[in-house]
Amino acid sequence: MKVDLAMAHDSSGPRRWRPRLEELGVGLWDPSRVVIVSDHYVPAVDAASAAILKETRDFVRDYRVGRFFDMRGISHVVMPEHGLLKPGMLVAGGDSHSPNGGAFGCFIQGFGATDMTAIAATGETWLDVPETIRLDWDGAFADGVSAKDVMLFLCREIGVENGGRVIEFGGSTVAAMSMAERMTLCNMCAELGADTGIIAPDRSTLEHIRAHGGEVGDEALVVWRSDENAFSAREAFLSAALAPQVAAPHSPANSSEVGDFKGRRVDQVYVGACVGAKHDDLAMAARILKGRKVAPDVRLLVAPASATTTEQAAKSGVLATLAEAGAVFLPSGCGACAGMGHGLLAEGEVCISTTNRNFRGRMGHKDSGVYLASPYTAAAAAVAGEIVDPRDFL
Amino acid sequence: MGRAFVFGDNIDTDVLAPGYLMKLPPAELARRCLEAVDPSFAKTVNPGDFVVAGRNFGMGSSREQAAVSLRELGVKAVLAPSFARIFFRNAINLGLPALVFEGRGTVAAGDELNLDLASGRLTNQTRGETYQLKPLPPNLMAIIEAGGLMPMLKRRFAASRPPGASG
Repeated sequence: MKVDLAMAHDSSGPRRWRPRLEELGVGLWDPSRVVIVSDHYVPAVDAASAAILKETRDFVRDYRVGRFFDMRGISHVVMPEHGLLKPGMLVAGGDSHSPNGGAFGCFIQGFGATDMTAIAATGETWLDVPETIRLDWDGAFADGVSAKDVMLFLCREIGVENGGRVIEFGGSTVAAMSMAERMTLCNMCAELGADTGIIAPDRSTLEHIRAHGGEVGDEALVVWRSDENAFSAREAFLSAALAPQVAAPHSPANSSEVGDFKGRRVDQVYVGACVGAKHDDLAMAARILKGRKVAPDVRLLVAPASATTTEQAAKSGVLATLAEAGAVFLPSGCGACAGMGHGLLAEGEVCISTTNRNFRGRMGHKDSGVYLASPYTAAAAAVAGEIVDPRDFL
Repeated sequence: MGRAFVFGDNIDTDVLAPGYLMKLPPAELARRCLEAVDPSFAKTVNPGDFVVAGRNFGMGSSREQAAVSLRELGVKAVLAPSFARIFFRNAINLGLPALVFEGRGTVAAGDELNLDLASGRLTNQTRGETYQLKPLPPNLMAIIEAGGLMPMLKRRFAASRPPGASG
């Protein structure tokens, strides 16, 4: 298969690519189709991470990489901010949450460093043709329920082992969603273990791409749709029936309605990551936190998903609301979600987090615990000091 | 022949290669492999030993270090009923065989196993049992036989260069 675009970041990209490309004696197959994003070790916290970031910059210069985003935010959020993902593209991402970009109607999968090196050198890879499962969500969510709750629900409902399957989302709920919320759906197809997630393009998709500097024709609406008989299974859900969901340690599939965890004490609230710190996500947290304070023995850490997100939140007033509530701001990047940077947990500590994974030890000590939740639910816990139903705060 | 190290379902990339240790060189990172679920594993595993695990082995991150660590420790093959897609590709790309094996329940920790990769024949010497596993498809077997995807590509690029060209 020929790849239209290849993305890698500072952790899995240049530092792994250079020695291998040198050994192969080749350059990039097409530098204009390569995107490098420094988002894991940013900003450097020690000499080792500084060296990784320098190696990344040197690679971009030496190999004339077409697009480079140095500490501008998390790759999955930065690429759509520049209109780089379009319907019908085949995109290879050197990160497991690459399915995030399926919100734009492209087929985008995550790959490891050797696969990505081969793609960078040849522009080609192999794929098993997956089946497609269609999940329709219809109607409006209750206030305080969002795309994140859909995914935590699905991690329990369809499990975390969906290899060989693409999850396509549809229905009136998805049609009414912002692109940010659609990204949340596709992002956590990684947690479902699916090959990727995808949403057929509509007017919102095209408008978003065009507003962010991408060119896309109206014909994409007609061309890039699944055939009616394309699905190996099809299920429909009523969005109004969905309650806020929380996933307990140490699996996203350990999820249940928020009420089942009521009163669980938390030490830290983390609003961060590609899936949980876009402007829409920060705005959800701010709705809960407006005029309220973080509980005295709780720390609220906010790491906006990108520099552009921070700029938007500054303009919209969301940043001020979060700061007044007592939030501590962290750099834009993968950060604590990937066990890097600031905001890691000590033995026995409990965090409620807007991130996508709560594997054992992922955010620090192996005997710490992470509860996954929406920005609404995480923010409500910050105020209460324990897990509570965010609908009581709206 | 090697011993079996037995693990459960959904062994994830973060216990195979913890994020906060990913700046370490591969050999040092490997010594912490799976310590969150079995602190003795990396200390006692020997080259040629097997990892026998449950469903969805390697779920989570794209980090290749998860497979690199097992290879560094000399693991001969990972045997599990199913693998997470990216982990599976990473393992094959690094020359680490990953084969579908449904019989974890019949293998105990420490059992002596023998695997013939080409035929998929797995023998449990300790219990005197033999299993027929599905061998890897030819395209993936070719990667394993080449020692991984990079050695294979190296040969391909070398073959495509005109005689006498350097590089």
